[in-house]
Amino acid sequence: MRAAVQAFAACAAAVAIVAAPLARSAAPGPEAGVAIYSRCAACHALAYDRTGPRHCGLFGRRAGSVPGFEYSDAMKKSGIVWNEATLDRFLADPLGTVPGTAMGYAGVKDSKERADLIAYLKAAGETAACRSAR
Amino acid sequence: MSFLLLGLAPYPIAARRAFLGRAGVVLSGAAVALLAGRDVLATTTASSAESDTRILNTALGAELEAIAAYQVGAESGLLQKRVLDLAVTFQGHHKEHADVLAKTIAKLGGKPVAAKSKYTFPTENLKTQNDVLRFAATLEKGAVSAYLGAVPVFGDRELARAAASILGDEAMHWAILRNALGESPVPTAFVA
Repeated sequence: MRAAVQAFAACAAAVAIVAAPLARSAAPGPEAGVAIYSRCAACHALAYDRTGPRHCGLFGRRAGSVPGFEYSDAMKKSGIVWNEATLDRFLADPLGTVPGTAMGYAGVKDSKERADLIAYLKAAGETAACRSAR
Repeated sequence: MSFLLLGLAPYPIAARRAFLGRAGVVLSGAAVALLAGRDVLATTTASSAESDTRILNTALGAELEAIAAYQVGAESGLLQKRVLDLAVTFQGHHKEHADVLAKTIAKLGGKPVAAKSKYTFPTENLKTQNDVLRFAATLEKGAVSAYLGAVPVFGDRELARAAASILGDEAMHWAILRNALGESPVPTAFVA
């Protein structure tokens, strides 16, 4: 059993060591953010509400304010206005940033991945399709 | 159509029953052990139980949407018979996930979310069988990531184990769907 635990720990360490440089070597910006955004696809879409709210119109929006979407009380009361800084903080640790959020997700821990994701969300929000779906 | 052979041919009724029985045992560790009398709340704080319930309800909402999405695919008229059978099988798994999640939420004292009366799907983009398969693959990949992100934040480790069990099932769906699209079924050594 101890050997199995040690093997698992070694494997996990290898993942951390290998994965971080790989992530950092990817091209920065919205193109790289497309792949990161695929992680959100169980609950979110750009143009329409799903289990999570739509992302078109995200920048500058007050948290918990998409009409008709049923938010947690915690999100509605968070006082957050979404911008690069608030998104970076929330995406790093959703449950720590807004305790009580319905987004039961550990977060995007890699700062480069968060930057790519935020760049993607910002670029997507500027498209004509997104502007008409806000 | 090798993916169909992977997905359907080695799926005799006896094997499926065994799988379902096994899956039930795995999930019982978290969900149905509650029904047997294990009191999760005794091992976790009230706030973590509340948080766990919220996470489970978000997962339930996504599972219910996935069931509806597969229904859209099944009724699209775009799927060949064997692909349709595969979609219905995967939809059945999502129904089982949803059922266990709802029962667990109720056992924890929460109120399971209900299916929405109407879901929005990009049906205008579903014109071929491959479009449907790609749409389903996108949802399944998202589900893998969502459960992966949920596993570490459960207060109760048995719930984390149950979520990991569902994650494995979603990952298999994603791999089969990618294979059906002619893509590498397992593109990377790790998922995120």
